[in-house]
Amino acid sequence: MSVSTKAAPVADQEMLISGCAAIAQALRLSDIDVVTAYPIRPYDTVMQAVAKLISNGELDAEYIVAASEHDQFEIVKHASAVGARVFCGSSGVGWMYAMEAIAVTPALRLPMVALVGNRALDDPGAFGCEHNDALCVRDLGWMLTWVDTAQEALDTALIAYRVAEDRRVFLPCAIGADGAFLTHSEVLVKVPNKEKVDQFLPKYDRGDKLLHPDNPITIAPQVNEDWVMEIRKQNDDAMRRARGVIQEAYRDFHKIFGRQGGNPFVESYMAEDADVILFGQGTLSLPVKVGIRKLREQGHKVGFVRLRWLRPFPTPEVQETLSRAKAVGVIDRDYSFGSPNHGAVLYNELRSALYDLPNRPHVISFICGLGGREVTLDSVTEMSEILLKVAKTGKVEQPNYWIGVRG
Amino acid sequence: MATELTVLPTQNLEAFKGVKKLTVEEYFTSGHRTCQGCESALVMKLMAKAAGPRTVILGSTGCMYVANTTYYSTSWVVPWMHTQLGSSGSAAVGTAAGLKVLMRKNRIKQEPINVIAFCGDGGGADMGLSSISAALTYPEYNFLILMYDNESYANTDIQLSSMTPYGANTTFSPPGKARRILHKRWKKNVAGMLAAGHPECRYVATVDASYALEMMNRIRKALTIGGPTFIHSLDPCPKGWDYDPIQSHDLGELAVETGVWPLFEIEDGVLKFYGKSKGIAQGRKRKPVREYLLRQGRFAHFTDEDIEYFQKKIDLMWDRWLIPGAVCIEMGDDIRKQLARAEQEVAAAEA
Repeated sequence: MSVSTKAAPVADQEMLISGCAAIAQALRLSDIDVVTAYPIRPYDTVMQAVAKLISNGELDAEYIVAASEHDQFEIVKHASAVGARVFCGSSGVGWMYAMEAIAVTPALRLPMVALVGNRALDDPGAFGCEHNDALCVRDLGWMLTWVDTAQEALDTALIAYRVAEDRRVFLPCAIGADGAFLTHSEVLVKVPNKEKVDQFLPKYDRGDKLLHPDNPITIAPQVNEDWVMEIRKQNDDAMRRARGVIQEAYRDFHKIFGRQGGNPFVESYMAEDADVILFGQGTLSLPVKVGIRKLREQGHKVGFVRLRWLRPFPTPEVQETLSRAKAVGVIDRDYSFGSPNHGAVLYNELRSALYDLPNRPHVISFICGLGGREVTLDSVTEMSEILLKVAKTGKVEQPNYWIGVRG
Repeated sequence: MATELTVLPTQNLEAFKGVKKLTVEEYFTSGHRTCQGCESALVMKLMAKAAGPRTVILGSTGCMYVANTTYYSTSWVVPWMHTQLGSSGSAAVGTAAGLKVLMRKNRIKQEPINVIAFCGDGGGADMGLSSISAALTYPEYNFLILMYDNESYANTDIQLSSMTPYGANTTFSPPGKARRILHKRWKKNVAGMLAAGHPECRYVATVDASYALEMMNRIRKALTIGGPTFIHSLDPCPKGWDYDPIQSHDLGELAVETGVWPLFEIEDGVLKFYGKSKGIAQGRKRKPVREYLLRQGRFAHFTDEDIEYFQKKIDLMWDRWLIPGAVCIEMGDDIRKQLARAEQEVAAAEA
């Protein structure tokens, strides 16, 4: 399909749009080349938004409706290998269906950017937000970030391309967006102009890794025990380098767009002087921040730290922001059945990151808000009170709590 | 507003006029470690030679991945990339789409580049069928999907696939003391199925590397005609079929001469038998399947009864199928009568 590309708006624009539509705007501004769609709620509204942009002539890209999520991810994987900037995404079991393709992408060093509209892994049927879908790639070489607002979603999508396509990195990046809460809620979003984006985001240049008759290379040969360990180590090196590249990207982003000036890896809210800190990722901010303000009014020193990048895991920032607290409560919108203390994924990640601190806070696991259930103000109060008791007594009576669950 | 389909031009690969007119250059060369007598390796070599240097090849997991791309000794002269076992269709679509959009945006030179994705019978007829089927519905991309069918998962230890012939001895269907035949499924007719079900696919063919020139020319035709195309190759496999490697070529011929493997091509919806299958379709006698089966160890446990059953199935295909090898459907009485009436009417009108 050949369409003329309409000039993008010159000035920054404010639009009332959902998280998915905000990401679609970022894709337009990034002038993506190939996108593959397959329906599953809730991520698929981004593909509907992209389809509209293409049919209206605002974006020139190959829009391929695939026959499954596995096809979806394989198609863009191969398009990326010939030098196309690609976008893909899924939710819940759809993401799992594509897992073979998703698993091999980091080793191919292809800078795919994907949206995971977080969804419970049904059965039993549930559309709502749970993080276990995206978390399945945490060990595989995908960079993994979670966003809190539609604005952050747009900004992070631009940053994701910049970091993923940096030759020092060349790793795929998944953006976690809480299903419904973020994917579908409409808010005012600042949409920057194309000139600024062009200044921030260079063209994808695959260099000597390009698959093309002028560069007749063999990609993904049989290496076996001779070489696979060295190649895994290269992946590890790239993930280590990603940390610095992310920092550079946020610095430039702030310079060009005037946003995202804070710490790229963690958002800290009233945490500096806090005795107890709630820790989590995704769209927790609203209930948690409101809850904290109420508790502060009552004289309780409660704070909140929101993790923005799970991979690479920002160990120094996490240690720095949490080391002064007496107790930290990790709110997991996920589960990891049978794991240490029967806590969940983020809890165990965090405990590991804090282990080397000379004065570690107590860490409590809260499993909360599964399957799209809201994390309520009452839940925030309940979790904070548990932490305040731990801080006061210095004793952990119970390492793990399921919050807001009946029976 | 542009509504018509934009299909990029293809390379004009004219048919080779004879063995002596072949190009000298090879694009699949030394470095591989396939078995002695491997017909699939020959298929790769002929396929790459037929396609020429401006080609990108994607290979699904299977023998032709594992044996051909040992790190530091790849046998591919043209750019090559691995794709997952069931992903030949997706690999072809993604590569063709990427090249197309980058040419449109002037990011790479505009030129026709062949895209070929290959898969084995396991990757194609089993796991990748959905992906291939989807691929053949995208009229706007030029690529060829080639399925090299050696009738088992030969790379992993000769396990049966849906393309393994009835009764064959594989590691998943060993003849034993209590049960002589474990594998009772009949092979799918993949080329016919894909041609019948994909109206946008302009070219489908079956090939056999024992007839190398005809095979290469069908690859050239598929790449030249454009859009999504599909070729199904039957490849004798010394390891999986259990015979002396010197017999590969003979077995390829016998598969056609016994009528087990009909050679046909479907171009823009029109089917033609070619090679020896043309004569067979016109009524020339087929060799008995016994000659083909008993030269292969995988059928060594067959009794006369088994061979007879096999022969009957092949006879049925040639006598009763709407199109032998392609469409395993018979016309019902109503349609037969209707056609007969139509013929009578035409004859009457002409008279």
